[in-house]
Amino acid sequence: MLNISIFRRVVIILVVVAGLVYAMPNLFYPRVESHNDAARAIELAGGEATPEQEADLSAWPGWLPSGLVNLGLDLRGGAHLLAEVQVEDVYKQRMDSIWQEVFPVLRDARDIVGTIRRVPTEDSSLRIRIGDTTNIDDAAQLVRALATPVVTITGTGSTNFTVEVDGDEIVVALSDAEKLATDDRTMQQSVEIIRRRVDEVGTREPTIQRQGEDRILIQVPGLGSADELKALIGTTAQLTFQPVVGRTTDAEQVAGPNTVIYPAVDEEGVFYILEDVPVVTGEDLVDAQPSFDTNGRPAVNFRFNPHGARLFGDYTAENVGSPFAIVLDEEVISAPRINEHIPGGSGIITGNFNVEESTNLAVLLRAGALPAEMTFLEERTIGPELGADSIAAGEIASLVAFAGVLIFMALSYGWFGIMANVALILNVGMLFGLLSAIGATLTLPGIAGIVLTIGMAVDANVLVFERIREEIKAKRGPARSIDLGYEKALSAIIDANITTFLTAGILFIMGSGPVKGFAVTLGLGLITSVFTAIFVTRLMVVFWFERRRPKTLEV
Amino acid sequence: MRLRLVPQDTNWDFFSRSYLSLGISGALMVLSIVAFFVFGLNFGIDFRGGTTIRTESAQPVDVGAYRDAMAPLGLGDVSISEVFDPSFGPDQNVAQVRIQAQDGDEAISVETIQAVEDALTSVDPDITFPSVESVGPKVSGELILSAIEAVIAAIATVLVYIWLRFEWQFSLGAVAALVHDVTLTIGVFSLFQIQFDLAIIAALLTIVGYSLNDTVVVFDRVRENLRRFKKLDLKEVLNLSINETLSRTMMTSVTTLLALISLFVLGGDVIRNFVFAMIWGVVVGTYSSVFVASAILFRLGVKRDWSKPDGEAGTQFGKTDP
Repeated sequence: MLNISIFRRVVIILVVVAGLVYAMPNLFYPRVESHNDAARAIELAGGEATPEQEADLSAWPGWLPSGLVNLGLDLRGGAHLLAEVQVEDVYKQRMDSIWQEVFPVLRDARDIVGTIRRVPTEDSSLRIRIGDTTNIDDAAQLVRALATPVVTITGTGSTNFTVEVDGDEIVVALSDAEKLATDDRTMQQSVEIIRRRVDEVGTREPTIQRQGEDRILIQVPGLGSADELKALIGTTAQLTFQPVVGRTTDAEQVAGPNTVIYPAVDEEGVFYILEDVPVVTGEDLVDAQPSFDTNGRPAVNFRFNPHGARLFGDYTAENVGSPFAIVLDEEVISAPRINEHIPGGSGIITGNFNVEESTNLAVLLRAGALPAEMTFLEERTIGPELGADSIAAGEIASLVAFAGVLIFMALSYGWFGIMANVALILNVGMLFGLLSAIGATLTLPGIAGIVLTIGMAVDANVLVFERIREEIKAKRGPARSIDLGYEKALSAIIDANITTFLTAGILFIMGSGPVKGFAVTLGLGLITSVFTAIFVTRLMVVFWFERRRPKTLEV
Repeated sequence: MRLRLVPQDTNWDFFSRSYLSLGISGALMVLSIVAFFVFGLNFGIDFRGGTTIRTESAQPVDVGAYRDAMAPLGLGDVSISEVFDPSFGPDQNVAQVRIQAQDGDEAISVETIQAVEDALTSVDPDITFPSVESVGPKVSGELILSAIEAVIAAIATVLVYIWLRFEWQFSLGAVAALVHDVTLTIGVFSLFQIQFDLAIIAALLTIVGYSLNDTVVVFDRVRENLRRFKKLDLKEVLNLSINETLSRTMMTSVTTLLALISLFVLGGDVIRNFVFAMIWGVVVGTYSSVFVASAILFRLGVKRDWSKPDGEAGTQFGKTDP
């Protein structure tokens, strides 16, 4: 029978209305967008609003939903980068700090181990050659005692490094558990630092996501090009302070043990030979501000945290008169002579900067250095005009598709077709509502997904209508025909849509970027179209039937 | 007067020439595979790495001059093609420049892109670059692998689902139809050397979904009729079911095609290949649900004993007896 309880009717109508209300902001896209931007800006400013922001804010009533369908990069234009973080870079730094721990211990045991020397290695292990190998196992034991347990979910009993003996060398290597933990930390830091740098530029809703083991996806809408983005986040901004061993003009000169050769930034053809273990690094910086030196040239003021300040103070006290290099990303910015003990933990970096460069350097130093280098595996720049063209084309195509389907349905099923059409319009509205409510991103293939949904959404209705036709042919009464039509078509509707939904799910899990956007619209479109077909159209048919009570049905 | 795509009461025999239709499908599949191995696929940068630059200018595109300007850069394989679209204005001349992946795992360097842009600007000062996309060989290798995985995963999932909801014969028939559709689509892309990129994989999976949708509707009716007409020949039951659902099959295909064709014509050149794949898939998928899926079901035969309680297990949506 055609009974739908009052309760169900109310629920169905409420769901539809809610869907449409959530979709509504998209009709006023620019206005709602500036409202949202203003709201965010005011919140960031701690409640302070400029008159302009006030105006933007009041352009859209606050009690209405303000969620919008995000436009993907291919529709809005912007820059996309897929970066791979060289997580192994960090292993070497870890080894340096382990060496700093190990060295004093072995030095104190010099009477049993003899001379101690760090052997340069290609991989990320630490090799220590000792003069007297008779007690090498004891020496290894001393080193082993420095290892600390790693806290992991499964890694019971693993320590942060392993120690082995290889001839006259003690080999220290990071344990797998420690490598995993280190990688994880490196990735988190990288994501955080990229976020901070991108936020400084202040664009709307950047996406910064970790992908897989060692990759980061960065999408910034509205940025001119991937190059700009790369310049912003590609700089490691690794600041170190390293003791100077010597100066040379020969880049090919072989660096001695435990030293490195870096070029000078402002002196062409000049290279500095530096000790490879820095005294202090940028990690110990707490602040950096652009400023001017005593000669009025742009410079950057910095301040260390207590740990950095102590290291820096001790070093300067011990090495008055020696030169000291300030190194940024393996280039020597300047190498001043230490004139006196610097106890306060603050200093100034001078170099051949202009004001813009010193400002940028300060920003990069403040945001922190990237713990490791990144290589870029994928980069895409989409111009905003191309995106706008795509939206325009997508809009026209959708409207034409819509009109075509509406006319076709009306011609084929008459009054029932018109009801299906109303349901189809509601369906697309609800789809937009759902997309806005979950903050999904609409991409160009996503628009295709919507158009496909328009085409396929009528399928469930067609199944029902065809069934009703069959029942009418079998000489059943109008009410019975409608009822049976819905009942018998149900299993086909459910099976057919679940199978399509499964493929949409697989697309969502395995796809990336625009393809994912397509999967989302397709999947949500299936949900709304099944809902409209088996509840909304049915309710409309029931309303119509209750008013008219037709003796015969024409479908 | 209603618009009807098929006459009201059809009673066509879809299996009188089932060997012929299966033969044609088989031959087309073989042809597609041959085309795939002979011509290969025209992979986009998603799958083989490299860079595409879209150019736009008020001046007409001069492919030869572009090529000459880029020749000194020594970038290896460079392909330049003009793009046409009805939505372009009269002074909108668009071309696509594709550069092969350079050595190393990474995307192309900033300097190279700059050099290309400078070279093209020297030919045509008005030129702009609405999009520049570059994919390193490392990622493209992974993308192609995950794309193949996705298609196989989709087909496997469907195999299992239909097997649970119907019988294994149905499941084999449906999957044969899917493989048929996917193979023919790849065949067309290979034959016409249409650019095959990540979005086409999405289209392939949608085709899988659509074709399945169609097949399931027919199968659902077959399942119902098998229970209703226990004495009827399998061939009769299949024919009856296909005839009964024919009107719906055509209606849905036509509405979907209407939507897709408008997208094909008006949706812009960026997604045209993607939409083409779907249009082709809808046509092939509609054909295959009748002439491949059902024909295979016919050849395999079905278990007719639906009286066992477990026969009801998968039909909780379908208890329709009045």
